[in-house]
Amino acid sequence: MNYSAGQFDIAVIGAGHAGIEAALAAARLGCKTVVFTINMDAVGNCPCNPSIGGTAKGHLVREIDALGGEMGKTADECFLQSRMLNRGKGPAVHSLRAQIDRRKYSDVMKHKLELQENLELHQAEIVDIKKNENGYTVTTRMLGEYNVKAVIIATGTYLGGRIFVGEVSYESGPDGIFPASFLGQSLKDLGLPLRRFKTGTPARVLRSSIDFSDLEEQLGDEPPIPFSYDTEELGENKVKCHISWTNEKTKEIILENIKRSPLYGGKIEGVGPRYCPSLEDKIVRFAEKKRHQLFIEPCGLDTEEMYLQGMSSSLPEEVQVKFYHTIKGLENCVIMRPAYAIEYDCVDPTEMKATLEFKRFAGLYGAGQFNGSSGYEEAAAQGLIAGINAALKIQGKEELVLDRSTSYIGTLIDDLVTKGANEPYRMMTSRSEYRLVLRQDNADVRLTPVGREIGLISDERWKKFNRKQQLKKEEIKRISKVVIPPSDEINEILVSRETSPLTTGAKLIDLLRRPQLSYEDLTPIDKTRPELDNNIFEQVEIEVKYAGYIEKQLRQVEQMQKLENKKLPDKTDYTEIKGLRLEAQEKLNKIKPLNIGQAFRISGVSPADINVLLIWLGQKRR
Amino acid sequence: MLYRCNFMSNSTIAAISTAQGEGGIGVIRISGIRAIEIADSIFKSVNDRKLSGLKGYSAAYGYIVKNNETIDECVATVFREPRSYTGEDVVELSCHGGLFITREVLRIVLDEGALPAQAGEFTKRAFLNGKMDLTEAEAVADIISAKSKTAARAALCAKEGALWNRIESVKKKLIATAAHLSAWADYPEEDIEEVSTEGLNAAFLEANNTLENLLSTYDKGQIIKEGIDTVIAGKPNAGKSTLMNMLSGHDRSIVTEIPGTTRDVIEEKALVGDVILRLSDTAGIRETEDTVEKIGVDLAKQRLKNGGLVLAVFDSSSTLDKNDYDLIDAVKDSQTIAVINKSDLRSEIDEEYIKSRIKRVVKISAKTGEGREQLEKLIIEIAGTENFNPSEGILANERQRQAALNARDSLKEAMETLRMGMTFDAVGVSLEDAIGYILELTGERVSEVVVDNVFHNFCVGK
Repeated sequence: MNYSAGQFDIAVIGAGHAGIEAALAAARLGCKTVVFTINMDAVGNCPCNPSIGGTAKGHLVREIDALGGEMGKTADECFLQSRMLNRGKGPAVHSLRAQIDRRKYSDVMKHKLELQENLELHQAEIVDIKKNENGYTVTTRMLGEYNVKAVIIATGTYLGGRIFVGEVSYESGPDGIFPASFLGQSLKDLGLPLRRFKTGTPARVLRSSIDFSDLEEQLGDEPPIPFSYDTEELGENKVKCHISWTNEKTKEIILENIKRSPLYGGKIEGVGPRYCPSLEDKIVRFAEKKRHQLFIEPCGLDTEEMYLQGMSSSLPEEVQVKFYHTIKGLENCVIMRPAYAIEYDCVDPTEMKATLEFKRFAGLYGAGQFNGSSGYEEAAAQGLIAGINAALKIQGKEELVLDRSTSYIGTLIDDLVTKGANEPYRMMTSRSEYRLVLRQDNADVRLTPVGREIGLISDERWKKFNRKQQLKKEEIKRISKVVIPPSDEINEILVSRETSPLTTGAKLIDLLRRPQLSYEDLTPIDKTRPELDNNIFEQVEIEVKYAGYIEKQLRQVEQMQKLENKKLPDKTDYTEIKGLRLEAQEKLNKIKPLNIGQAFRISGVSPADINVLLIWLGQKRR
Repeated sequence: MLYRCNFMSNSTIAAISTAQGEGGIGVIRISGIRAIEIADSIFKSVNDRKLSGLKGYSAAYGYIVKNNETIDECVATVFREPRSYTGEDVVELSCHGGLFITREVLRIVLDEGALPAQAGEFTKRAFLNGKMDLTEAEAVADIISAKSKTAARAALCAKEGALWNRIESVKKKLIATAAHLSAWADYPEEDIEEVSTEGLNAAFLEANNTLENLLSTYDKGQIIKEGIDTVIAGKPNAGKSTLMNMLSGHDRSIVTEIPGTTRDVIEEKALVGDVILRLSDTAGIRETEDTVEKIGVDLAKQRLKNGGLVLAVFDSSSTLDKNDYDLIDAVKDSQTIAVINKSDLRSEIDEEYIKSRIKRVVKISAKTGEGREQLEKLIIEIAGTENFNPSEGILANERQRQAALNARDSLKEAMETLRMGMTFDAVGVSLEDAIGYILELTGERVSEVVVDNVFHNFCVGK
């Protein structure tokens, strides 16, 4: 017999990276929220790499933080080592990545959910979602019925999860936790088309069984840089990572056993990510490559488990032992958890609006791997937006859609709901056409005002933000005024940086414009420099040095916005526009793009179709 | 006033769709849901059959009648949607040519409720109804306005893709470069080949050169399509207007014996071989007190500087005077043909002096037509079009040229950014701009400017 377990504004199904952000945002915006986790010890679990950030993902974490999300702060609290990737390649592609203590991350996140006002955290498997007059009824395996106004589905790899290790296969969520086996059928009954994706993870091995003596070390940056604009200081890096390589012998073993891989043996139907391939995938697809790199990363301070980044596999355990043992440093490694592939149910994200609400089901939202993405950061970003929008809608406020020119978050969601995902979607800097504007250093400038308006930025933080902007302005004013006279000291610096020496005085700002010179280089001669946060110097330098390019990019943004501003009526029946090709009519009717800009990004809609739409819009207006 | 906005696809539009001016037949095209109904209301067939009773692709002979008054004889051709140029119901009324009659018939059609077609509207509708794609539409615009055979051939080539192949190679190269830059930035820890300044520069340079080549064909293409600006200069009464009339084939300028009767720059087009000359007959260059004439003279001097081709006219029946020497001085650095006129009269002129200053000299009599062939040969030689291969793939119009220019400029910026030692993300901004412009050129990227530009170039009636 079902029993009535309570009434809430919002139910969040799943307490992974998406669910956490969704639940916290909804509760913080004043909605009575309940979040369900299948296992209380799996809240904020990192079942794959023990790190947060990376190229483009680091941007996402900064943006989540700027909007008032939690991931960046928790990553900082649990940080073990931090590196700014791509330092030499320009500010647009600088990306922060931190190794984190994965158990601690999980504990800290769980505790934050527990302490959050308006939020209840329950261990429960949701087995059913049904529509009722006022919203939805979600039912737990224990027969508890919750009546809610909105539901956010963030089921990760749990939904219909199935693990594959060689010939062995069984129903399971990640890390041996049981899967959500019933919800999938309920969603199908509701009318959501589900499909199978797969992903995988490498083995964890015992630290004391690794021979580090010949391995290259990978150290963190000094000083390490935090993700969160709230974190003042991180302290010192706490761990080292190591690098090793596979070899011909590894390749040989894998190729000998390739038929035993469920992927190559045809047992897995799910589509895996091209961007994060298993080792056997890499060896088969890039046959000419003699070796592949791997990183050995600690999983935490209170554990001896080491993660082998780049070595995911779904070969039988027996084969895994053999091939891992061919790798330098791992000759005698003890595998504590074997590598596995996991297949799970997810939805076609083109079923959703850019608010992450299902077009056909008001009040039903999706986020994270359920939406076809991969990665903790991508999940958290969507969770945050789904949580915000569910709350805004319940409160009758205008919903939040971030366009592509505002953020990687906006780009991610626009890609998902417009183009769909044929494989797990991973964020990359190349997905954005506005990289020089969407930098990780200026996420606060771009998004903190948005977060403030929504109500996720505290007074204190807002004050701090404004103060920072003020200081930045003053610093730009200062360097525009200060003139450096020619001297041996400055010219020595200039010559050593391979840039021309001064014959007359030069403004500090003009020196900083030279690509060869940084703030740091100019320290000895910049006597009036104030004590400021490093991030301010970073932003000032980039804005000064790249001013022309940033301006150019802003013009590109303007061009795009012209197309984005051409709104397409919600109720348009595209089959009535005769000039459109059949495929375009079908795609446009399915996606229902908000504007011409979005319509153009739909695959299957050609420029000729867009021209037809533009002219059609033109005649409608007249 | 009928000139309210009429771009509604359910409206019926009409326009004269043959070249306006003299001609054997003038066609008034009506397109839209009421096309046949409107035509029926003004057309009376000889056998009293209604056009509404006709199938598509059939014609009827009869008269255009208004208030019981017969305006003209007419053949009405009926096209049923979607099998027509626009994809809508279309009636074409073929009447006698001549501006007056065709305009009169159009006026009656408009009185019956059709709206005057805007520039390019028939083709816009064809495009909207899926009858052609944008690049085709653009090529159609070129063919319609093509003034010579070679121009029409070049326009056809653009449509069939000779240009595309050249652009395609540039595009592929740049996209591959951008992709390499992206991979290199997105996967800092995998072994992806380093991106080097030299490698980038080489790729940009190659693309830049292809674009430069392409752009250099534009001027030739323009000569073919638009014609060559030609200034006829010379002292008063040297015979400029007579020369102009000889080339263009009819009297246009006022030709008198009184110096200074041509006061304005008069434009005329003449077809010489495959070359269109855009002739301007200028007021004679001489010092003058007459203010009206002075304006004409200033205008003429300006045209001398801008003109693509100068025909400097001299009167062989008189000796060189100050005006002639000034003219020789003014044009010696331009592409000039010295035309020694009045070969039918006794020669008093110092030919050797002219030949020593101006390379190409021809003797003619504008009055009798003597020397005309020789002059035409020289003109074709200067236009440089005799070896022009239209299938080479040229930039067909100003829009395409602008896109190619923008792409080239973006590449130059990218190379400059590299040279300054900026990081590659800054280089990427210009690179992506370049790719964007190339996609605009090939019609793979849309900006409204493109569409507007394309349709702006359609003449009314097509």
